Amino acid sequence: MAATLTHRKIDWTGIAFAVVLTLIIVFPLLVVGTWAFTNVWRYPSVIPQEFGLRFWEQTLARADVWSSITMSLTLAFTVTALSAAICLPAAYAFARLDFPGRNLLFFSFLAGHAFPKFGLLVAIAGIFLQLNLIGTFWGVVLIQLVGTLLFMIWIPVAAFQSVDRRMEEAARDVGASPLRVFWSITLPQAGPTIAAAILLSFVGTFYETEGAWLIGAPQVRTLPVLMISFINNQPVIQYGAVLSVLLWVPSFIALLFARRVVNSGSFARGFGG
Amino acid sequence: MSVLSIKDVSKIFPNGNVRAVDSFSLDVADGELVCLLGPSGSGKSTLLRMVGGFETPTSGVMTIDGEDITRLPPEKRPTGMVFQSHALWTHMNVFKNLAFGLKLRKVSPDEIKRRVEGVLELVGLGGYGTRGVGQLSGGQQQRVALARSLVLEPKILLLDEPFASLDQHLRERLREEVRDIQQRLKITTLFVTHGQDEALSMADRIVVMRDGRTEQIDRPDVVYREPQTPFVAGFIGTMNLVEGTVSNGIFSRAGYSTPLPVSDGPATLAIRPEALDLAAAEDGGQGKVHRVTDYGTHGLVDLDLRDNTRIKAMVSHPDLFKAGQGVTLKPRAIAAYRDNALIHRA
Ligand SMILES: Nc1ncnc2c1ncn2[C@@H]1O[C@H](COP(=O)(O)OP(=O)(O)OP(=O)(O)O)[C@@H](O)[C@H]1O
Ligand SMILES: [Mg+2]
Repeated sequence: MAATLTHRKIDWTGIAFAVVLTLIIVFPLLVVGTWAFTNVWRYPSVIPQEFGLRFWEQTLARADVWSSITMSLTLAFTVTALSAAICLPAAYAFARLDFPGRNLLFFSFLAGHAFPKFGLLVAIAGIFLQLNLIGTFWGVVLIQLVGTLLFMIWIPVAAFQSVDRRMEEAARDVGASPLRVFWSITLPQAGPTIAAAILLSFVGTFYETEGAWLIGAPQVRTLPVLMISFINNQPVIQYGAVLSVLLWVPSFIALLFARRVVNSGSFARGFGG
Repeated sequence: MSVLSIKDVSKIFPNGNVRAVDSFSLDVADGELVCLLGPSGSGKSTLLRMVGGFETPTSGVMTIDGEDITRLPPEKRPTGMVFQSHALWTHMNVFKNLAFGLKLRKVSPDEIKRRVEGVLELVGLGGYGTRGVGQLSGGQQQRVALARSLVLEPKILLLDEPFASLDQHLRERLREEVRDIQQRLKITTLFVTHGQDEALSMADRIVVMRDGRTEQIDRPDVVYREPQTPFVAGFIGTMNLVEGTVSNGIFSRAGYSTPLPVSDGPATLAIRPEALDLAAAEDGGQGKVHRVTDYGTHGLVDLDLRDNTRIKAMVSHPDLFKAGQGVTLKPRAIAAYRDNALIHRA
């Protein structure tokens, strides 16, 4: 009894880490969250003088907020769907086929992320200007599509590679065509990991700001872009805070999904774990 | 008439210039079980995968029931393959694994249910349909894999070391079960193994392979009793292979000699341990006992010729011998090889 008690030593470093991490991550969220539900909060009070939903009403009454939410959702759906349609077959090809220039092409997807992003964006913006894509919906789709390539190629390639070749061969053996094998065996086997990649690219696109702002402004205004202009132009903190809380929603939904995926265990397998 | 006919099939993989399979020919009769036996890398799997359609032969022709299948994709072939790693689809339960192929063939749901349950019964897994693949033991998974092929009633069943990952006891049991099922259904079968006892106990005929080529094709007892090459002699069962020279009808090696009625030249003498009698010798003899092992039912004597060539002999009374003792060799049956061919048997 005594032995087990002394063995259960308290891990102070672990606790310290946890506390510091929690403070760093949660504290700003807490502050922003509090601001969003505050009507009056004057210095030097530690807690707001008056809680309320006044700024929610004001924010949600604005037409530009609603149009930017719609815009953000439409963009995220379009980009993710296009990205999946392009990248999943490509990822399968990378994972399963050997063709000349395979490695070069594979690493070119990484290259876009190896350089400072903003410089690259400015260069692309120059090209888009000549193509009359600046300030258009499809211009933003295009720029954000480039941003998703990394997730949507890299992760599914790992997922496809981890699918047992013998399983696919066994399916051919019982009479399935290559397409049917992909649909009924490969995709479900790689499914959880691919779902995670799609989720990542959806959320990533939803939050993407630099590209959307540089290419889309001022005609195409997404929620994050709108939030930035609120923060820059409005003396009232609450507008930004309310939008910020609104922006958490996709993250929470993504987290809920991610939990199910990660728990299923096949996620780690997809990464060779 | 042969169901499966393989003619002069070769396979060279593009990378690396090995001839994995080299001018291989084989005819398999209806309902026959043929074992492909050979050491690792001898091309057994490659050959089987070519029959299944997973590799394309570099040259040669394969036919099933007279129809050329050499270029057909796997899904168009009347073959069913059981892999070493069961290769069951883990996202489907047992029933769905078996039903998948039937669904592709547009069999009605009632018929699917009937056939799946029938074949599960056959492999001793009646009522396991709703189990997940992960909820089965290794032996059960291999049975489901077998059932998945059987349910489609293939003309040819292909098995690639299906029991290799199982323990000895289970392997022996499944071996018998598969043989029973195969004989009951009279299904033509190609079975790959590198275990000789598996081949000897199951096969109607054994193909001994080495470096992609055939060394010998015969019934198991013939392969065991009359190996045609020293390689087969050494690979099946235990065999003493003694290299020496023949001159004037006498084979000799390091103080051991025995009559061998063949022309002069080098020769390899082959003697099974169970066909080698030993007699105690007063004057040093032809060899010296190194170790005696008593297995209860019989004993095994390891002895060394004068140049330390190790020879094994099976004896019924191991207590008659002890380490260090001199013995003379009295083989009851010998075979001799020269240039990789059998030249004498007695
Ligand atoms: N996909 C491949 N690419 C290149 N070489 C291969 C390939 N598959 C097999 N080989 C080579 O072909 C030869 C025969 O291999 P195979 O797998 O048929 O042997 P095996 O008799 O089944 O051996 P084992 O008992 O170890 O399974 C080996 O030299 C192997 O390295
Ligand atoms: Mg093999």
